[in-house]
Amino acid sequence: MPKLSLKNVVKRFGDKTVCNGISLDVEEGQMVCLIGASGGGKSTLLRCINLLENIEDGEIFLDGEDIAIPGLNPQPVRRRIGMVFQSFNLFPHMTAAENVMLAPRRVYKRSRDDLRPEITELFTRFGLAEHMNHYPDQLSGGQQQRVAIVRALAMKPEVMLFDEITSALDPQLVGEVLDVLRLLKGSGMTMVLATHEMGFAREAADKVCFLKDGKIIEEAPAKTLFDAPQHPDTQAFLARALK
Amino acid sequence: MTDKKPTAGKTRRQLYEDRLRRRSAIIAASSTLAVFLAVIILVPMAPGWEKVKASFFNWEVFAKTFPKLLTAFKLDVMIFLWSAPAIVILGLLIALARDVRSPALFPLRILGAAYTDIFRGIPVVLTVYLIGFGIPGLGLPRPWNSPYIWGSLALILTYAAYVAEIFRSGIESVHASQRSAAQSLGLSDADTMRFVILPQAIRRVVPSQMNMFIALQKDVALLSFIGPVEIFRQAGVFKSLLANFTPYVGAAVIFLAVTIPATRYADYLMAKQNRERS
Repeated sequence: MPKLSLKNVVKRFGDKTVCNGISLDVEEGQMVCLIGASGGGKSTLLRCINLLENIEDGEIFLDGEDIAIPGLNPQPVRRRIGMVFQSFNLFPHMTAAENVMLAPRRVYKRSRDDLRPEITELFTRFGLAEHMNHYPDQLSGGQQQRVAIVRALAMKPEVMLFDEITSALDPQLVGEVLDVLRLLKGSGMTMVLATHEMGFAREAADKVCFLKDGKIIEEAPAKTLFDAPQHPDTQAFLARALK
Repeated sequence: MTDKKPTAGKTRRQLYEDRLRRRSAIIAASSTLAVFLAVIILVPMAPGWEKVKASFFNWEVFAKTFPKLLTAFKLDVMIFLWSAPAIVILGLLIALARDVRSPALFPLRILGAAYTDIFRGIPVVLTVYLIGFGIPGLGLPRPWNSPYIWGSLALILTYAAYVAEIFRSGIESVHASQRSAAQSLGLSDADTMRFVILPQAIRRVVPSQMNMFIALQKDVALLSFIGPVEIFRQAGVFKSLLANFTPYVGAAVIFLAVTIPATRYADYLMAKQNRERS
């Protein structure tokens, strides 16, 4: 059974159909990359998986259990699915450590003292130990994004979603964030990424999906999709993206 | 930045800007001086000046009434001090009611909107009259017929409506992505508001709220219409006793002593925030 499975997901904003019947299976421990031009539906699809958007039609299964049932309380589901955003979205009025501890404190009712050792361990693992007590505006973009990843991991999610998390970064800061993703993949995390980092997708992803106009045009193992794209749209996109 | 450089080291752009700066400083100084001179020379030339001077700027009356006015002003401050926290709490509750998303609580949104519309739509003095005379008119026993209670309530109800709108603008100014981030972590709507949205919203509206409270301090004087002998009423008493308007000027001086520093401080906070955001 796939860890995460989408069946014919449809999402509309008004008249505009952003996801037009998307089906996708993600196995446990797999990294799946969604590529395609902006506006192709990648970000919206991730937001739908995390129930930040309600889907119009279709099903989303987590461990075989439908999480897109209308009226279902989204909060328990969101705890199992972590999400990291393009614009970091750290809470600017809290230190890095407070950002990370807020959700475990409120949702799992754990105390700061109880959380401190494992949070410190997380910060250390991602090279952020000396920044725990810094505020977001005292950190570089790359550091902020890594804190955002730590914040999502502190909830011990089973699946992680990454929405173009390197797109807002200066080129020299992209590497440190991609290293974190490699580390996570090594630890067996199930991950879905919307990304423009073609080199990274090719090297690290198990599976790559090319989205256009709200549809998966082509889906294949990373090397296959990049080396021998089948669909003319994929070929055109890759020709432009890899130029 | 390069002010300390010798003239010789300046670029022609810097020399040009120095010249411009000197010129505008001279113009500003001379026009200010001209206006002041005109006021000092022209106003005493008005036919009624001697009379106005005697009845508004009588030093003896000023010195005699000022201490009592100051004592009366304490009451204004007291009314302010117990009204302000109530206004903050009620204003915040109304702002939150207007932000409620659950359809079951839709009536709360309507009530919140109606409340702010009504109390922002009525002149403060009218609300003070209606509540200050109306409710004690029900024949309530002491102390529930006190004008202090009902006058303060009128101020609280009115100002809470304005303060609520300012809180709401603050809540709306927090970017939607902050809400997304909080929700994606599994936080409840209430926790998202309490720990993520509100702390940022409140910080942003502190300067605007300060301006509201400066206005509140002045509007406390409206309670004089329904009884309490606060500073405005006290000045009126002196006016009748001494047949002189100087006590009103004294009262104005006392208000200014409080409101000018407070206004400057609010402006300073606002400027600081603008700098930080840019």
